[in-house]
Amino acid sequence: MGELRREIFDIVIIGAGPAGMAAAATACAAGAHAALVDDNGYAGGQIWRRANNARHGKSVLATRWINHLQRSAAGSGGLARLQQTRVVGMPRANVLLAESERGALEIHYDKLILATGARELFLPFPGWTHPRVMGAGGLQSLVKSGLPIVGRRVIVAGSGPLLLAVANYLRHAGAIVPLIAEQAHSAEILRFAAGLARTPAKLLQAALLRGGLIGTRYCADAWPLRAQESGGRLSVTLQIGKRRRVETADYLACGFGLVANVELAALAGCKFARPGCVAVDDCQETSVKHVFAAGELTGIGGVEKAIVEGQIAGLAAAGRTTQTARLFGNRDAALAFTARLEKAFTLRPELKTLAGPDEIICRCEDVTLGQLTIGDGDQTFHSLHDAKLHTRCGMGPCQGRICGPAVAFITGAENDLRIRPPILPARVATLAADGGA
Amino acid sequence: MPDTVVIIINGRPHQVAEQSTVAAALLTVGETLFRTSVSGQGRGPLCGMGICMECRVEIDGVPARLSCQTPVRSGMEVRTGG
Repeated sequence: MGELRREIFDIVIIGAGPAGMAAAATACAAGAHAALVDDNGYAGGQIWRRANNARHGKSVLATRWINHLQRSAAGSGGLARLQQTRVVGMPRANVLLAESERGALEIHYDKLILATGARELFLPFPGWTHPRVMGAGGLQSLVKSGLPIVGRRVIVAGSGPLLLAVANYLRHAGAIVPLIAEQAHSAEILRFAAGLARTPAKLLQAALLRGGLIGTRYCADAWPLRAQESGGRLSVTLQIGKRRRVETADYLACGFGLVANVELAALAGCKFARPGCVAVDDCQETSVKHVFAAGELTGIGGVEKAIVEGQIAGLAAAGRTTQTARLFGNRDAALAFTARLEKAFTLRPELKTLAGPDEIICRCEDVTLGQLTIGDGDQTFHSLHDAKLHTRCGMGPCQGRICGPAVAFITGAENDLRIRPPILPARVATLAADGGA
Repeated sequence: MPDTVVIIINGRPHQVAEQSTVAAALLTVGETLFRTSVSGQGRGPLCGMGICMECRVEIDGVPARLSCQTPVRSGMEVRTGG
């Protein structure tokens, strides 16, 4: 006890991805005393992970915002950067409880901007717990953090534009990517690609219209059926249209799109527009006064949406509400893209039945899908909270972050896992320092 | 090879890239079983971003550290399979 540090700011931004970086730089430029909190050691979030490292290929947009952020943080009174700092609770109004290598920390704020981003949606299929089966973004992130992939054969599967970005990245890093299995319907993909003409997503468009990257087939109407060990490698069975195909690979990189990290927003009491999507007004303010949300939290829409929403939230939180209107046009365009994205990559119902009753659904507690079924086998728990109380599904260290969205998709149950602090496993000392958050 | 450091994995020294996380280093040396699940399955990293908790290993005597979020350090002792 007694080791609790305290830091006080006008505006605190949580999450240093594109939305949080834009919000922080904008708020700072408007004269606010602001802090940018992130659990990673680098700014950039997942999408721009190590974008400041030339080895990984620079993005012009990423470089521009990383420089912008560095300028904001320069000098006294500039933006405070709290890196490798995890927010674990909100013990009382206008206070966050966080922890870092240096121990527990209380962060006080007048205005809060949530830019907590998204994670991949993982769906169970036979073999999805095999150690060589990873997220698509998951494998990319491991390669960015040092895993050599030269000469390795990787099947990329799941859904969404991320698959193309990942496949492209892995190929540039030396991997062999024979095919991308995209579950979405080919007609929807083509319609989506044709509508991309006026967005910067040129690679995506080119790849979608060409049916792949050079040397990589892009298959729509395709998804993994099972993965199994085969002589130290993986044997992956894929459904491709009406046919089945078996591929040998070193890794299966598989993610079925993104789900927003809504845990802090839920803890703050923000209302949701629909599951997984925080409701905001024109200025990105949530139903909780002085709490703003930007980026994937308000709908999965990618970088352009995240940046413009971050800028609007940053201005509004700094009291420059009248200046936000000039950005509304950009945001409208980004939101239209978001809607098209959602329509094109809607998950098909066949994915709900890939896993049988013996397949593990909760990887922390090893709860099987069958255990979520009660009675005569056709009735499931109505909500995840109910399932958690009866089966421990969602009770492990990930706190339902992985199984929750999967169970909600498969069973149609409401994802109502009650968010209770600490929202991530926190050190006992952190909680004790705050008198029990 | 880029700059390397030596870390101890399950009692044996390994030379790994200095700029890597523990998770990437483990996979690089062929260690795919990071932890044992409650029903005895071997598991490894899934999300790569510190959310799924599948990549946890013992680091310098501290159990359940997230290997995908931890940079390697010279002399670090890592134990898998716990």
